[in-house]
Amino acid sequence: MINELLLMNGYGLYVWSSFIFTVLCFISLYYIIKTHLVKEQNKFKIKYSHLTEEEIETVKKQETYREILDFNNISKI
Amino acid sequence: MVMKNLFKLNKISLRAQKYIFILFIIVLSVGLLEALILSPADYKQSESVRIMYVHVPSAWTSVGIFSLIAFLSLGQMVFKNKYFSTIAKSLAPSGLIFNIIALVTGAIWGKPTWGTWWAWDARITSMLILCIFYILYILSWRVLEDKNNVEKITSIISILGLINLPIIKFSVEWWATLHQPASISISGSSIHSSMLLPLFIMTAAFVLFSFLIFLMKYNTELIKIKNKGLDRI
Repeated sequence: MINELLLMNGYGLYVWSSFIFTVLCFISLYYIIKTHLVKEQNKFKIKYSHLTEEEIETVKKQETYREILDFNNISKI
Repeated sequence: MVMKNLFKLNKISLRAQKYIFILFIIVLSVGLLEALILSPADYKQSESVRIMYVHVPSAWTSVGIFSLIAFLSLGQMVFKNKYFSTIAKSLAPSGLIFNIIALVTGAIWGKPTWGTWWAWDARITSMLILCIFYILYILSWRVLEDKNNVEKITSIISILGLINLPIIKFSVEWWATLHQPASISISGSSIHSSMLLPLFIMTAAFVLFSFLIFLMKYNTELIKIKNKGLDRI
């Protein structure tokens, strides 16, 4: 059964290489996009931590910024 | 106003990512089980037909994403709305990766079926041209720095690329090609339901993956905009 699945009537090399290539592409793209996302999140955190009290108040008044501040709590994939 | 709209979508997308990721894993697992084990072998192509379950959905998704990018770029040009270009830019990476998967798995499928890895056949060449358009589109966003220029240039690239899409679709009818004609059309399908089911499940998984990547990329773009905004405070 396992041999049949692996060999696939002589086409195993072609079939498995296609599926493995696809999965590897998925993992690579996911990893690259995730890395960029985390990098930008960290940049935002660093910049935010350097703001003065007054600047933080200004930022917090804006809805768009509040959502990014929530980002770390929501995006955990 | 535009920025407010951008971030409304951001709020939804942040929550959606987690659920789409879980759904993608479930659909992909079912799709792989169907494609590799449960679906039957073809009477002519034998087990090599299973390559279809990654090759065809990736080609469909890639062409579909480029159409979306082109129409969003048209929208951006007409309505001057940055909303469209940010969405289009975020769609491009998954479109490119599906295009590459379609080309590579097509070459792998070609070897046992046609006896060659590559042929300068109309369908395959037009898919390669689509890949070049994707690369040009993504590179333009990376290389060009002037925001107004980059939006114009990427829009022109995607609209020019749109001309290639009907060529991809009808190439198998217009020219004598190695590639087989479409097996699925609006009028029906020549593929048996036992093979159609895994094909559609895998397509659903690929669409979910591209949607997940789109959301992640979209959020990255929004945070980039806000990082620039923090510099100005």
